[in-house]
Amino acid sequence: MKFRSSRNELVESFDLPSARMSKRDLIIEAVSALLARPSRSALTALGTVLGVGALVVTLGVAQTAGNQIVTRFDELAATEVTVSPQSVGFGSNQRPSVAIPWDVDDRISRLNGVVAVGTLSPVDIAGALTTSVPVTDPLGSTEFDIEVMAASPGLFGALRAELSTGRFFDAGHDARGDNVAILGPAAAQRLNVVRIDNQPAIFVGEEPLIVIGIIADGGLAREQSLLSKIIIPNGLARDRFNLAAPAEVQIETAIGAAQLVASQASIAVAPNQPDLVNVQFPPDPREVRSRVQSDVNALFLVLGGISLLVGALGIANVTLVSVLERQGEIGLRRAMGAARRHISAQFLLESTMLGALGGVIGTSVGVLTIVGVSAVRDWTPVLEPWLPLVAPVAGAVVGLIAGIYPSLRAANLEPIAALRG
Amino acid sequence: MTGTATAVVDLVGAGRTFDGAQPVEALRHADLQVLPGDYVSIVGPSGSGKSTLLHLLGLLDTPTQGTYLLDGIDVRSLSDAERTAVRGQRIGFVFQAFHLLSHRTVAENVMLAMLYGDVPRADRRVRAISALEQVGLSHRVDFMPTKLSGGERQRVAIARAIVGGPSLLLADEPTGNLDQATGDKILDLFDDLQSHGLTIVVITHDSEVALRAQRTVRMVDGVLSEVVR
Repeated sequence: MKFRSSRNELVESFDLPSARMSKRDLIIEAVSALLARPSRSALTALGTVLGVGALVVTLGVAQTAGNQIVTRFDELAATEVTVSPQSVGFGSNQRPSVAIPWDVDDRISRLNGVVAVGTLSPVDIAGALTTSVPVTDPLGSTEFDIEVMAASPGLFGALRAELSTGRFFDAGHDARGDNVAILGPAAAQRLNVVRIDNQPAIFVGEEPLIVIGIIADGGLAREQSLLSKIIIPNGLARDRFNLAAPAEVQIETAIGAAQLVASQASIAVAPNQPDLVNVQFPPDPREVRSRVQSDVNALFLVLGGISLLVGALGIANVTLVSVLERQGEIGLRRAMGAARRHISAQFLLESTMLGALGGVIGTSVGVLTIVGVSAVRDWTPVLEPWLPLVAPVAGAVVGLIAGIYPSLRAANLEPIAALRG
Repeated sequence: MTGTATAVVDLVGAGRTFDGAQPVEALRHADLQVLPGDYVSIVGPSGSGKSTLLHLLGLLDTPTQGTYLLDGIDVRSLSDAERTAVRGQRIGFVFQAFHLLSHRTVAENVMLAMLYGDVPRADRRVRAISALEQVGLSHRVDFMPTKLSGGERQRVAIARAIVGGPSLLLADEPTGNLDQATGDKILDLFDDLQSHGLTIVVITHDSEVALRAQRTVRMVDGVLSEVVR
């Protein structure tokens, strides 16, 4: 070994070096410092594990649950489209601007994505009362004010109706204008009709109707007001009660087809004046989903943020303690030619690594939790693809921020005091 | 600058005053020349300003008065970063408390001295082993410092101090934590290193340690004086 003992160069020839350190050396130093105290490093990272894990679980479960809420509760609404003509005029002069054609069922059912379609129209019976077969009950009333609705045969499918007894009327009844009726269960009870095998007759004003079916209690998925009404075929309403045109079209679509059907229905119903037709359809389920998510998220994101903050304070605290404990090492490194920035870079890197480590573990724990919750609840786990990538970075950023103050403290330590202490 | 060789240490009227309500003159108008290959001891009671002198010589502090030339470089003209680099390259420190990193092997501890310089990574281990050989520890290269005796630990620290080929070895109470016999062996090592051309300054309060050097300088109340023997 040679020492610089016989140096006699001129001062001017000295090339003043600047202290340098490669990134790889820096990483090696930081890693070995972390590995020197493995249990402490693990405990320090735990705060970030919890924080990042909570955030990932919050976002993931909100997404997964939001997805479930939408598919479960909105399946009925998401497949319902109703078409009705716009009204013109005011008060008693109000009338529909366009007539819905009688063959609307055929026109609509040709559209892609339509499962069932039918019309529903209130029938003007001019205040006539309904009677059934008279019973000898002096106290009981035998005349009832019951609303009558006209329907196309397809309506029962579009409303998902179920009968307790009898049958629905069909296209034949409709075409012939047969005097048949379906009773809602509440209407049947008032009229004392409980069975149809004896072909019970009821009278709406002077018009006799044979009851051929009774809707089951709760046997309607939509338009539940029909439970207390009498339903007759369109043909009968047209012939005997002067129904001018159907008032409303009820469409059941396949899941996801509502928007498409809605955009085409108005043209199918009124090809010349599609603007005069009102089409009601459910909002895009994706929007509903994001609304549900943002509701759930707001609360839990705050909780996740707080745990992340606690994690950051934990890292800051331990790194600060570590700086105080390692004063000797810091002084030694300074004496060995480390600049202040080398010292602060090393401590910053250590805390960033701890944060990133916590972020990676937290993300894994979070994703596993989401999958576990989904498995227990029989849900489909839904996760934004960026989440597992961004979450560890968030941990690293937390570590970086947490390390700023301790690393500055380390850089400003006087090596003198540290080495003699 | 005198003669043909540039002095390793050349203090001319150097002083260090600490500001405060009552300014403290820790070092007053000190003149000191250490030539290449010199072995100088600095003695004095505690509070005499030995530490201040150590910090000045080690570039851990700069004089407030006078000049300090290290290898002919005017220390006061250097920026903080330059001073740090010069310190890393030209001064080897040996401390009373060894200051080894307990979780790194002996070789890694020695390599630490080359971390902040421009020695290529590939060469560091070779140089570290050669330095350990020089202090008689080639059989302890991959040991952890916790497995070593006090004397061996101080030898590792010395290997770390000389591995970069410094101009000056600055030892602060190098035998303070060692028993008599072990301390003597460390001082024997200093003699050996000096015979290979190393310039050594030892700061001590132990007169026996001081006597091993060829020159002794005494500090009393911030004033430096050469001891004539």
